[in-house]
Amino acid sequence: MGSAVRALEFRDPARGRALARTLARLTQEIGRNPVSVMHVCGSHEQAIARFGLRASFPHALEVIMGPGCPVCVTDLPEVDEAVALALQGVRVATYGDIVRVRGTARSLADAQAEGGRIDVVYSVTQAIELARRSDEEVVFFATGFETTAVATAAALLDDPPPNLSILSAHKFIPPVMEIVAEMPATRVEGFLAAGHAATITGSAIFEAFVAQHGIPVVIAGFEPLDILAGLARLLELIRDGMPRVANMYPRCVTDAGNRVAQERLWRVFRAVGGCWRGIAHVPNGNLRLRDEWAARDARRRFRIDLGRAVDGTPHTLAPQCICGDIMAGIASPDRCPLFGTRCTPQSPVGACMVSSEGTCRIWHEYGGHPDLGATA
Amino acid sequence: MTKARIELRHGAGGGAMRALIERVFVDGAADEARDGRLGLAAMDDGAAIPLGDRWLVLTTDSHVVQPVVFPGGDIGRLAIAGTVNDLAMMGAPDVLALTCAVVVEEGFPLADLERIQASMRATCIEAGATVVAGDTKVMGRGELDGIVLNTSGVAITDRVIPDSGLHAGDVLIVTGTVGDHGLAIMAARHGLALEGALRSDVAPLNDLVRHALAAADGTVVAMKDPTRGGLASALHEMAAKSAVGIVLDETEVPLTAEVRAAGELLGIDPLHVANEGKAVLGVRREAAADVLAALRAHPLGRRAAIIGRAVAERRGSVVVDTGFGRRLLVEPDGEPMPRIC
Repeated sequence: MGSAVRALEFRDPARGRALARTLARLTQEIGRNPVSVMHVCGSHEQAIARFGLRASFPHALEVIMGPGCPVCVTDLPEVDEAVALALQGVRVATYGDIVRVRGTARSLADAQAEGGRIDVVYSVTQAIELARRSDEEVVFFATGFETTAVATAAALLDDPPPNLSILSAHKFIPPVMEIVAEMPATRVEGFLAAGHAATITGSAIFEAFVAQHGIPVVIAGFEPLDILAGLARLLELIRDGMPRVANMYPRCVTDAGNRVAQERLWRVFRAVGGCWRGIAHVPNGNLRLRDEWAARDARRRFRIDLGRAVDGTPHTLAPQCICGDIMAGIASPDRCPLFGTRCTPQSPVGACMVSSEGTCRIWHEYGGHPDLGATA
Repeated sequence: MTKARIELRHGAGGGAMRALIERVFVDGAADEARDGRLGLAAMDDGAAIPLGDRWLVLTTDSHVVQPVVFPGGDIGRLAIAGTVNDLAMMGAPDVLALTCAVVVEEGFPLADLERIQASMRATCIEAGATVVAGDTKVMGRGELDGIVLNTSGVAITDRVIPDSGLHAGDVLIVTGTVGDHGLAIMAARHGLALEGALRSDVAPLNDLVRHALAAADGTVVAMKDPTRGGLASALHEMAAKSAVGIVLDETEVPLTAEVRAAGELLGIDPLHVANEGKAVLGVRREAAADVLAALRAHPLGRRAAIIGRAVAERRGSVVVDTGFGRRLLVEPDGEPMPRIC
């Protein structure tokens, strides 16, 4: 039995247990309690939760999910803009995850119920097909980190139909790490960086951050052993007081990254400061279309009238939602009074329970209690 | 609650469905305790009524599936196997008789109906069962989607096996690979190009169960077929009704390579999707090896495996040991949806 499991070299529990023992030893050698490290990626959290890795971490090791869910950090006014466009009669195409996330008063799903036209797409390519088949104006409400921003950029460079424009809510991860590193409440001693984003940016992009903050960064992949090995390397660097960048995902990530993708990204986008929901103003954290692409920029192509979009009352439970603290890594979902009871995937209060990349959604999907080490 | 409506998730076999049944149907069924019968309130695979020193077991099940013919089976095979299996899961593998009611939509191809009937007959022969009474209704176009089959079954047994009989220390055995039916249907329904490799496991299990019980000598204490909601729902129900915790060793759960690949690709956990030819047995620890050997000696049980155990901690919960760590297993709420369409 389980022959297929054993054929997958990345799913070897014996190696996993050996790495867990290494984590315990390193945490003890560091000698602090807790030792807090942060990752900034929904896919890392999914793997940690799916494989129950937290139960194998030493108690003194805190692995926190930071602002790694692009849908969750999309700010209220960005959602409001998309809602307003939909209510103005513009067809809005976007990823399914964001449709149920509320802006100030409404979500895109609410806008749809009020007659707006929302199309859920799985990629920007589908939005382009939609525009090609239609005479109407189609706005692609583009969310996601640099990984998906590259896809949006490539699509624009590929001469899409004239009725397609972009409402960019794309975010750029490296700057937010600076913000979180400086938050007094988080006490982050090291970062686990997302392997897929680093395939584009390259590992070298983190050198300046490490030099400035004196915090090590380890790039890791998404199989359980990738994560355990990445954490072990991170703890070694913390123990040795050696702030540096270590690439533990060399099968995909190079020092320089994907230069073609970077070139396309920056030909279309520029980094500007902006608010991330629940976090803070992040200098250079938002990706907006460059001036050359003004004709494709929904913010300049349409007069967005926020009036109706923001008219209404927020969710009655919203004041109790601690999504902001969760995204900043200050609190975990089980600290939220609403988690799993009044806030569930069927009836979400905060964005973290809506998106499949959100910490709360992931915890809920995999049982909500990360630490089961004591069970027989 | 006057605005509440039935949603699809109320039929998906998980917690929402049990809550609905408890609220609407079980509430008020007060004659339960009379003569020690196992009725609606037990919410088991079927009912058991004392008959002298033996038990009359009866069950009923309505079957709808789209598409009606799917890789590995069709609705006819499903309707016979489903009811035969419900009887077998109560410890009653020797089927006395079945009934079958057909509700069919105007315009349904006669050839398809004949094919379904032939499939039912073949499955009956396989299960050693006969349909002794039936009913046919035709409804107007659009009043239902193709065809609905209802089958009922009766059987007699000396010993009823409920799904609530687990004690700490008991071993859990699954009779073969899981996730096959659900993923095959999903692939067929969404037109995913994987479907050739995925086949439903739909099959009558009564002969397999008969062999296992013969080898067990009273040591099989709980049984359940992990249909809608998959192995996850079945284990949850067994844990809750037996007031034990269950630890599932995920790396021991048998999966075909195709199901594993389709699950990873679609973002669907094979533990959450339906099986139609598998059973989970709770067995006293000392007899587990014998029961496992008996299952593996049967063509339908070749990949049977010990997948976990009942524990005294975390009563009502299912803990998954992934090999790397542990987490709680969540019951699916509603039909699992593939990540891509």
